[in-house]
Amino acid sequence: MDLKESIAIHVNGDLRHVTVGLTLAMMLHELGLDARKVAVERNLEIVPRGTFEEIFVRDGDRLEIVHFVGGG
Amino acid sequence: MTVQQDIKSDTWTVAGRTFTSRLIVGTGKYKSLEENAAAVEASGAEIVTVAVRRVNISDPNQPRLTDFVDPKKITYLPNTAGCFTAEDAIRTLRLAREAGGWNLVKLEVLGEAKTLYPDMRETLRATEVLVKEGFEPMVYCVDDPIAAKQLEEAGAVAIMPLGAPIGSGLGIQNRVTIRLIVEGANVPVLVDAGVGTASDAAQAMELGCDGVLMNTAIAEAKDPVLMARAMKSAVEAGRLAYLAGRMQKRRYADPSSPLAGLI
Repeated sequence: MDLKESIAIHVNGDLRHVTVGLTLAMMLHELGLDARKVAVERNLEIVPRGTFEEIFVRDGDRLEIVHFVGGG
Repeated sequence: MTVQQDIKSDTWTVAGRTFTSRLIVGTGKYKSLEENAAAVEASGAEIVTVAVRRVNISDPNQPRLTDFVDPKKITYLPNTAGCFTAEDAIRTLRLAREAGGWNLVKLEVLGEAKTLYPDMRETLRATEVLVKEGFEPMVYCVDDPIAAKQLEEAGAVAIMPLGAPIGSGLGIQNRVTIRLIVEGANVPVLVDAGVGTASDAAQAMELGCDGVLMNTAIAEAKDPVLMARAMKSAVEAGRLAYLAGRMQKRRYADPSSPLAGLI
């Protein structure tokens, strides 16, 4: 597998190109996000935090990364 | 027993969690996170509502609510503000549960943007699904005793009727229906939305509500921290008045000084 090959994914609605072979944990780290403070939905399914190290980002994935903000 | 001790021992319980403060405050619309934290502190609230939103990928290091209001000390109650369908609300709360790790949530499914009135058909449907999935939803609803009962039967752990539209500050518009909901409920009832000033909060408590939830009344006050303190006092005052049992109303005057011995 060519690790330099890139895939297209959507993160919070925006198109991004990332390298093949990236786990969710690696991607969150690259984005500068603390995995303990966010929740991730992948193709409309919740990704349990405990599996971030094992789940690889795949071409066409639609990811939502959320956290708590002020609200009433 | 002193009044202060009375207030401390007068707790309420929702879904097995016991709280002393009967005031729940929102964390939206503040000028800064510092001001927000100071208002929460002044309100004495033990629960705050929070929203679930996308992280800002382009600026991941901007200050976070969790750095100012500690989720270990204050219970975060994730809401579904901005959701107009049961599906959106359920999806949001599944993410909230994963982000926070708790089941106690606030469900609101709105019907339209102008009034932000709840869509009760969608709200009831979402409640049923959430309860099946192990959530403990505190549910924002219309001030309708029948709808409240249906939510309770569906497994809502608290009923939260509006006093007036969200963010309107108009005060409790229908005291009769709020009282009827309180009388009929076997779960906590909290007025959620519509409170504008301290007397509105006191009135909710005098009607027998277990608590009050508010955001804008504090956040949009000229001095939010001072208003937070006022709301704390108002909720306590209203609660004490409810417990004390108010006098009966009379149609005409009744002198407070004895008539006997008049010169």
